[in-house]
Amino acid sequence: MGKKRKMPGLNTSSTADISFMLLIFFLVTTSMDTDQGLGRTLPKPPEPDQEQNEIKVKERNILNIRINKDNYLLIGEDYCTVQDVKERAKVFIKNENNDPNLPELRPKKIKNLGKTMMVTENHVISVQTDRGTDYGVYFQVQDALVAAYNELRDEFAKAEFGHKYEFCTDKEKEAVRDVYPQKISEAEPKTYGGTK
Amino acid sequence: MPEMNTSSLPDLIFSILFFFMMVTTMREVTLMVKFEKPVGTQLEKLARKSCTSFVYIGQPTDNLRGQFGSSHRIQLNDKFAEPAEIYDYVMEDRGGLAENDKPFYTVSLKVDHHTPMGIITDVKQILRKAYALKIVYSANKQQ
Repeated sequence: MGKKRKMPGLNTSSTADISFMLLIFFLVTTSMDTDQGLGRTLPKPPEPDQEQNEIKVKERNILNIRINKDNYLLIGEDYCTVQDVKERAKVFIKNENNDPNLPELRPKKIKNLGKTMMVTENHVISVQTDRGTDYGVYFQVQDALVAAYNELRDEFAKAEFGHKYEFCTDKEKEAVRDVYPQKISEAEPKTYGGTK
Repeated sequence: MPEMNTSSLPDLIFSILFFFMMVTTMREVTLMVKFEKPVGTQLEKLARKSCTSFVYIGQPTDNLRGQFGSSHRIQLNDKFAEPAEIYDYVMEDRGGLAENDKPFYTVSLKVDHHTPMGIITDVKQILRKAYALKIVYSANKQQ
């Protein structure tokens, strides 16, 4: 046999550099941003062969928020700003003093709480926009409405369970959601005040 | 001074590399529209990125401005599209998902805050028709 030759070790000092290059490449081409946003569920499309029988909602149960093409806001019949939306929505959803102009309070049995409470079960908040309305304004209104619901839920959870909604157990959360169900309607498109 | 043994350095870097490959996703598309997302306070994180399709709406970027004008356009994948094309886009994207992922299918709307609502209303009507009922209005968190 020939004499054993010792293989010289492969020089690996550059592997680190190569993998660094790969690392940097991946850092540049990928994004770690977690997408955030407001989740919504759209209503099912209307059946073509079915008659449009609109669900009758009592006048007092609807809170109409209209935004025109110049981004002016109308809640019910008053002009107001985006900042007012949250307070108006909270008053509307809660109807603390059983005002006849605000949604009707109905007894509802809350399953996970084992008692019956008066809630404005049938209220609907409807946001209508013009084709020319800025999306930013629409989004802020939606955000304010969600904020109104979240604050009411927090208040209720604190009074009932002694901690905020986000720290509730699943059962408690369900009870809170039963008391304050989120009812924001995605209205059918209409035009107001001419199109842009 | 004896030299430091660096033979494990490549392994170390490789593990960092693999970590990054796992937690990040490839940037799916090159953006052809400019958009500044609206700012909100009540945002939720998107649960499953793999079951999500993205619809971008905004003005064409500066170098495409000459070709496509400055009105707000919809971008799907790598090209501009008309609202009606979203139907096929949704069908194709949702068709590629596993059966038990389909209920989680979400459409994320990444829309510039100056976009007129008309376009968005059109898009929403088409999404309803395509039974893609879960949508997310993508936004940035208020600092």
